[in-house]
Amino acid sequence: MSPVPPRSRTRSAPAAARPATSRLSYGIERARLDNGLRVVLSPDPSSPVVAVAVYYDVGMRSEPEGRTGFAHLFEHLMFQGSASLGKTEHFTYVQGNGGTLNGSTHVDYTNYFEVMPSSATELALFLEADRMRSVAVTQDNLDNQIAVVQNEIRVNVLNRPYGAFPWLNIPPVLFDDFANSHNGYGDFVDLESSTVEDARQFFDRYYAPGNAVLTVVGDIDTAQVLGWVKQHFGDIEARSVPERPSFAEPLPQQERRAVAYDPLVPTPAVAMAWRVPDPADLDTYLPYVVLAEVLTDGDASRLQERMLLEDRSATSISGYLGLLGDPLDARDPTPFLLEVHHPQETGLETVVTTVDEELERLATAGLLPGELDRTVARMTSRYLREVDSVLGRATTMSVFEQQRGRAELVNELPDLLREVTAEAVQAAAATLTPATRTLLELRPGSKA
Amino acid sequence: MTADLVRPIPPPAKPRPVKLPSVAERTLANGLRVMAVRRPGVPLAEFRLRIPFAGPTGRGGRAHTAQAQLLGDTLMSGTTERTAARLAADVQALGGQLSASTDADRLAFGGSVLVSGLPGLLALLAEVITSASYPKREVEGERDRLVQELAIYRSQAAVVAREALMSRLYGDHPYGREIPSAEQVQDVKATQLRSLHAERIAPAGSVLTVVGDLTPSRAIGLVEKALAGWTATTKAASTPPLPTPDRRPTLLVDRPGAVQTTLRMAGPAPSRTEADYAAFTLANLVFGGYFCSRWVANIREDKGYTYSPHAQIEHPPAGSRISLSADVSTPTTAPALVETLWELGRIATTPVAQSELDQARRYAIGALAIGTSTQAGLASTLSQLAGAGLGVQWLRDYPKQLAAVSVEDALAAGARYLAPGRLTTVLVGDVAQVEASLRGLVELELA
Repeated sequence: MSPVPPRSRTRSAPAAARPATSRLSYGIERARLDNGLRVVLSPDPSSPVVAVAVYYDVGMRSEPEGRTGFAHLFEHLMFQGSASLGKTEHFTYVQGNGGTLNGSTHVDYTNYFEVMPSSATELALFLEADRMRSVAVTQDNLDNQIAVVQNEIRVNVLNRPYGAFPWLNIPPVLFDDFANSHNGYGDFVDLESSTVEDARQFFDRYYAPGNAVLTVVGDIDTAQVLGWVKQHFGDIEARSVPERPSFAEPLPQQERRAVAYDPLVPTPAVAMAWRVPDPADLDTYLPYVVLAEVLTDGDASRLQERMLLEDRSATSISGYLGLLGDPLDARDPTPFLLEVHHPQETGLETVVTTVDEELERLATAGLLPGELDRTVARMTSRYLREVDSVLGRATTMSVFEQQRGRAELVNELPDLLREVTAEAVQAAAATLTPATRTLLELRPGSKA
Repeated sequence: MTADLVRPIPPPAKPRPVKLPSVAERTLANGLRVMAVRRPGVPLAEFRLRIPFAGPTGRGGRAHTAQAQLLGDTLMSGTTERTAARLAADVQALGGQLSASTDADRLAFGGSVLVSGLPGLLALLAEVITSASYPKREVEGERDRLVQELAIYRSQAAVVAREALMSRLYGDHPYGREIPSAEQVQDVKATQLRSLHAERIAPAGSVLTVVGDLTPSRAIGLVEKALAGWTATTKAASTPPLPTPDRRPTLLVDRPGAVQTTLRMAGPAPSRTEADYAAFTLANLVFGGYFCSRWVANIREDKGYTYSPHAQIEHPPAGSRISLSADVSTPTTAPALVETLWELGRIATTPVAQSELDQARRYAIGALAIGTSTQAGLASTLSQLAGAGLGVQWLRDYPKQLAAVSVEDALAAGARYLAPGRLTTVLVGDVAQVEASLRGLVELELA
């Protein structure tokens, strides 16, 4: 006898796992200041905390040649002081008032955020406004942060096994254009030759208020917060906003293969990448997001069951959209990625053949009964868990607002996932063929 | 900078008091302690189940480490009712996740699920607890995979350093060998896992915490219904007492060609129930426990030697620990160590400024509120507190303790736990490049 209650006993079958209650209803208000700053406010009084996030529409793809890693270096400089704040004071005001903070640089955007007791909401807004108005970069601070960033790259890449795999070493194989293919963490030579004038130009060009989205989520009175936003951000001078260039490039016309070496790794790995449709159209994109989970989420997923449980041909498998693994913030052009770590004795071709077989099986026979439902059920709960935190909600809303003008998607995503059909997932699988694949093999050791 | 750009900083308002969650608690007939908290927001539920699972000190403990690790990896490899894939599919269909892991102290289950699926997930948890079958083929497969993963794990400098540091601090105590060797793992048989499971996975002494969008009484009722049949009566073992750490030279482990040196230091720290815990928390924050600390200001923001220096208090049940970590570029290894020893010496011998203390205090209080503002955060916090024998009341008492800490208290705590002579140090780096400059600074031992 199964100890799991039959679905008919819980609620109406088969909706038990994907109930109507997974719909969200976070309130959203938005405004746009005269200087172009877009503002999203979402009140939630359940805990006395607030998240403030600022998203600038510039990322690694916008770096010019000779300045690889500059978007990230500049993110560090945004913490080094502004007209009203000395070096490290941004941290002091946030942490010293009970908050946490960070920033991160992505392929297509750069974000800054604080989570604070809601009593410090105005302070957090002030801090973000001050650096948006008047970041102050000195030669000393630049030199210091170049050294810090180099140590960040050492700890995350150069002294870490698999550190570049595959997010830094597959783009040059998958893409041809500099914008898409270069090392976004940065070449040390480029970092070291960066100047204060580069920083000034980068700030002028990309950090205009009209190129940013400000999101405030949590224990707030929206009218009061909007007043503070106008007070602190309103007189930041409007500047021209660069039109976001198209980074589109032609699809690879044949399979691409490359080998990378890492002297720190004990066992090999392989990454397979396919370009996917423009994420701007969620109808054609979301089936790929679901497909990644069908293939690799847990012991009941296609590739894990086959390769980890049955064949024992791999030690770990992951599948995801976008180089940094967040499917919902990716913009075109972007890959579907499969990452397989396997014992030396398995051999690359066994791994590749197995993946091909499973993709073909999915493409021809489609999903099994219940397979889509259970996959979407867990995706939904994982998503709900993510947006349960004020920060998770603020970052999700910011990305949707910045890229799609629709922070409301935060509430709608569970329904959109539920609407993905088995046929669409099957059709997505059918596009992941060897002929359109980019394959990066990672071998232990150094190139002979 | 032009004057009109410089603005007055708006001070924070008076913080809104944090509402303490109301915790319902019941010990079931089988001895399992259950705690439940309602936290609406998203239609989910989270649970944590902690089962005491420590091994003995000494040689037998090494086999336990390997068996416990593999037990955690194979607990969900099949039951009398279900294969691993069937079990995984059934968990997934509930919108659920169910994981098991072991460390030197305990076996921990973590679950999260759409709230409608909580009864189902608890039923699957019960099935795993009462009828995990450790199929031979699955155990052998996971064993081979674990051996591969241990090799990957040990290729990381941070792991090499952690193993060396724990071994130096704790010797043959279970904390001194958190990670099993490949050879020990290869010796493990499925029958041993079945025996270990039967001997150790018992409700008495275990604590299950549920947080979610349902009433505490309903949550406890669901747990009782699902887990009433868990009646194993073996006595749960707690972690053996820690050995007294002895003074040892700084250990230097070679990582030829490394572009950074992995610096780790650790020593005893007060537990949450000790009188000087709040004072030590603040002394440690001022020293290196958050970004606004002296250590970060010195070796990162002033000198650029490192990206992420951090000092953290950990609370394993047999004895709390202060752990320092910084990965410093190879040429700056010796100067980074000098600055670290200087900052430690300073916090141990001279009073902090009142402003530094107040800033650290506000941070500690705020971090507690933020950490408990999600279902997952609240479930983890309550579960950890329960593991330390503390109730939800601690969330109210601790900010008061923090509020009462004086500059003198912080100095006393800094002297007691952060004086450099009280810490054990391990460096993992390129010996050829760093040894000579370290020799004159500290007593050095090569691994």
